[in-house]
Amino acid sequence: MAERKVSWGPRDSHTLIGKEVPRLDGVEKASGFAKYTYDVNPEGTLIAKLLTFKGGRAKVARLNLEAAKKVPGVRAVHAFRNVGDEVGWDGELVAAVAADTADIAEDGVRAIEVTYEALPHFVDEDDLEGATKAPPIKEGTPRTKDNVDRTVGEPDAKMKEADVVVHEGYYGIVTISHMCLEPHGSHAAWTSGGEGPKVVVHHSTQAVSTTGGQFAQGLGLEATDVRIICNYVGGGFGSKFAADEWGVAAAKMAKDAGRPVRLMLDRATELKTPGTRPSGFGKVTIAANKKTGKVVAWKSHHWGTSGPQGGTIDGNQMPYVFDFADKSVKATGIATDCGPNRAWRAPNHPQLCVITDAAMTDMAAKIGMDPVDFYKNNLDQLDRIAKERADVYRAELDRAAELMEWKKHFHPHGKGGDGPVKRGLGVAIHRWGGRAGKSSCTVKVHPDGGAEVFLGSQDLGTGTRTVIGQVLAETLGLPISKVKVNIGSNAYPVANPSGGSITVGGVSGPVRRAAQNAAWQIMDKVAEKHKVAADSLVLKDEKVWSEGKEVCTWSAACRLIGPTPLEVAGEGPVDDGLTSGDVSGVQMADVSVDTETGIIRINKILAVQDCGTIINPMTAKSQIYGALIMGIAYALSEERIMDNKTGRYINADLEHYKLPRIGDIGELVVDLFEPDSEYNRGVVGLGEPPVISTGAAIANAVANATGVRVPVLPMTPKRVLDALKGAQA
Amino acid sequence: MRDHEDQAKTGPGFNRRDFLKGSGAAMAATALVTQDQEAVAADEAKGVVPAKAVNITLKVNGKDVTLKLEPRTTLLDALRDHLNLTGCKDVCDTTNCGACTVMIDGKATYACARLAIEVQGKAIQTVESLRQGEHCDAVIDGFVKHDAMQCGFCTPGFVVATRAFLNKNPNASLEEIQKGLGGNLCRCGTYAGITACALELAKKGGA
Repeated sequence: MAERKVSWGPRDSHTLIGKEVPRLDGVEKASGFAKYTYDVNPEGTLIAKLLTFKGGRAKVARLNLEAAKKVPGVRAVHAFRNVGDEVGWDGELVAAVAADTADIAEDGVRAIEVTYEALPHFVDEDDLEGATKAPPIKEGTPRTKDNVDRTVGEPDAKMKEADVVVHEGYYGIVTISHMCLEPHGSHAAWTSGGEGPKVVVHHSTQAVSTTGGQFAQGLGLEATDVRIICNYVGGGFGSKFAADEWGVAAAKMAKDAGRPVRLMLDRATELKTPGTRPSGFGKVTIAANKKTGKVVAWKSHHWGTSGPQGGTIDGNQMPYVFDFADKSVKATGIATDCGPNRAWRAPNHPQLCVITDAAMTDMAAKIGMDPVDFYKNNLDQLDRIAKERADVYRAELDRAAELMEWKKHFHPHGKGGDGPVKRGLGVAIHRWGGRAGKSSCTVKVHPDGGAEVFLGSQDLGTGTRTVIGQVLAETLGLPISKVKVNIGSNAYPVANPSGGSITVGGVSGPVRRAAQNAAWQIMDKVAEKHKVAADSLVLKDEKVWSEGKEVCTWSAACRLIGPTPLEVAGEGPVDDGLTSGDVSGVQMADVSVDTETGIIRINKILAVQDCGTIINPMTAKSQIYGALIMGIAYALSEERIMDNKTGRYINADLEHYKLPRIGDIGELVVDLFEPDSEYNRGVVGLGEPPVISTGAAIANAVANATGVRVPVLPMTPKRVLDALKGAQA
Repeated sequence: MRDHEDQAKTGPGFNRRDFLKGSGAAMAATALVTQDQEAVAADEAKGVVPAKAVNITLKVNGKDVTLKLEPRTTLLDALRDHLNLTGCKDVCDTTNCGACTVMIDGKATYACARLAIEVQGKAIQTVESLRQGEHCDAVIDGFVKHDAMQCGFCTPGFVVATRAFLNKNPNASLEEIQKGLGGNLCRCGTYAGITACALELAKKGGA
């Protein structure tokens, strides 16, 4: 028999992989029957509400919880901070109250007596100079720190060479919040003992397999004592990897009260506390040879904040996607008294892209080149990761230009029409890794033909559950309705946390390997019984086939397993070609800018995106549509607004934290780039990359329309009008 | 700018005088205390206590149910916490996002904006009523077909809003759909699928 090798097989051989299979949990979600952590509500559940700090920075001067305990219906109280502790940002947790109802819990919170001694604060993330003068958070530690400061080659000399044109620009993007619709939180219930887990935690998380240990640590338990369950999670975007202090507090209050406790962050706290995306503002000097159209040098200095720990965006990846032999890059983190950051969908990349691609487009305009031609002309200057995919970028730029009819519609900067509404086009490019995460699974085939898979993964809405089902069913030749996917519990084999776009590769590899292995074991039994060659057998349509002839039904084959189910473990990643890494992508935007009101309208956004082997084009496209809309959000409207005087996050509600609505998105076009070269390289993650270049493409389209760069995102009407006014001055 | 959170949460525990005892930097913090907050604090100082729970009868999905609730209980909390109808979601709690949308006498309504006590006698329809076992309303089937969901937390609210909108506008145009469903928010970005679903149903008369 020929050596057996796991692979995805020829792309035209599939009935489920590569097909638009509706998501398995679609009806449950759309009909409201899907139970999220926020919906877990067994008899006796107490509801917890939070007291949070509202200000810049302070010391807790007095904290008296006794009055809260006396409110009828209050069953447990928890202090996150004590007298003398500092609270370092608006939204930091101080105390929690668990009560019979939400309203009573809020009564309890109101009854808490707390006073603060205000400390100096600094929250202006764009004010680098002010930060150097502001009182430090910790004596002796300045608020600003140069995280990167390096020069390669001779950028200054290159900028003085003949035929070289120099462009200087200022670009930036403010801090935004994750703003999950299901806030962070947990429902904790202690069990009555016995051999099972001591506490069962429904936890809204991107990390089913790893948060149990964190709860255990916080509660003084063994990891095996904590059961984590998360069947559905209402958004995460990089912010839900931890047990979090409020999760542990929910479990502690549940123990104190002897009743289950559900603690979900209120909306304001959800915006302020469990993470934000760092800001970046920077001065760029870029130089290109006007005859060759090649960038010859880059200099940039950017700053921004990730909260009290300093931070800003990663200077080591500046410039983005491109790299130039002669460059200098400086990145300065500012420690602010703002909420801390967490990973936000494609950490660093959208901000890096906004700064780099704005400078690239402005450079192209200055030497009179079409930016798409300028990008293609500089594909020999990609960074060490992107340069492996230079041909893909070229093909995707061509594909995008064709779909957008770029050559027909593009005009030089500022030639967007004579009336007050100007129209323009912009382009930007991105890259991401997305290599398979480390996961394991168990595939179980029952003697009655039933098949199921177990793994401690989670479906953030990306379609993970459905993709797992497709792989299992395809491999066993079954319809998807005949397989069962078990995820969302840490009782199952360990799967990777869903961050970094590593999940689709992380889960599809092990499931394919285990299911293929199970199929081979069953085929061997069929071969023996029916006297056919095992390597001639194929599973399809619930039957076992040999050279086009039916050998037996799937259920007859499974009866050969014997009385106990066949269990096969799967692991990954394995270097067998099922998964791969690194994706490219090109996006283009067509916008109209009303120069009288400052309002920007999206006409169309196009995404050309590769991600290797695509298991479900429908959920893949949904990821990209969603990413484009998130891109529109951070490009045009969403931002954390801090009040310098009070140190407060003043728009932490859904009335003032502006997100696009259904009529604000224009026409979205998604083109999955999957030639054979992509299909053949294996599965790569997709969740993050398409959100990266949307903002830059929109910003470049605005610059093209008006001839004026709106330097900072989001490009609110005020920022647009300020930029236009500045250009006239 | 109004700060809902302060109105809701800031009570006697937040003492303006004590706060201002701090350093010079805190002088700027006067803006922290609004008139609304002072009013709340003043009320509570007078010892205002919530009214006792009363019997409230709601007609939910065609059935009358009687609950013992404080008069201040919102319809949203009554449905979710007391009737376990968790299809309507608590997201903004300030009538901005539509995740809690239900139909009251056929009209799409934010359940967070109504007190349970004030909607007695009215026909309240939650998303759960749009599915009877395997049989689903065409809007639910359409959402699945067009993959008009990701995390799914806004989805039930959108489903109810779409059903109510199409009942009134069975032949709606794209522009009317974009306006009519503008009261709901999605964070994952599922608007393309929702639009496609609503448009397809509108072409078939909304059913």
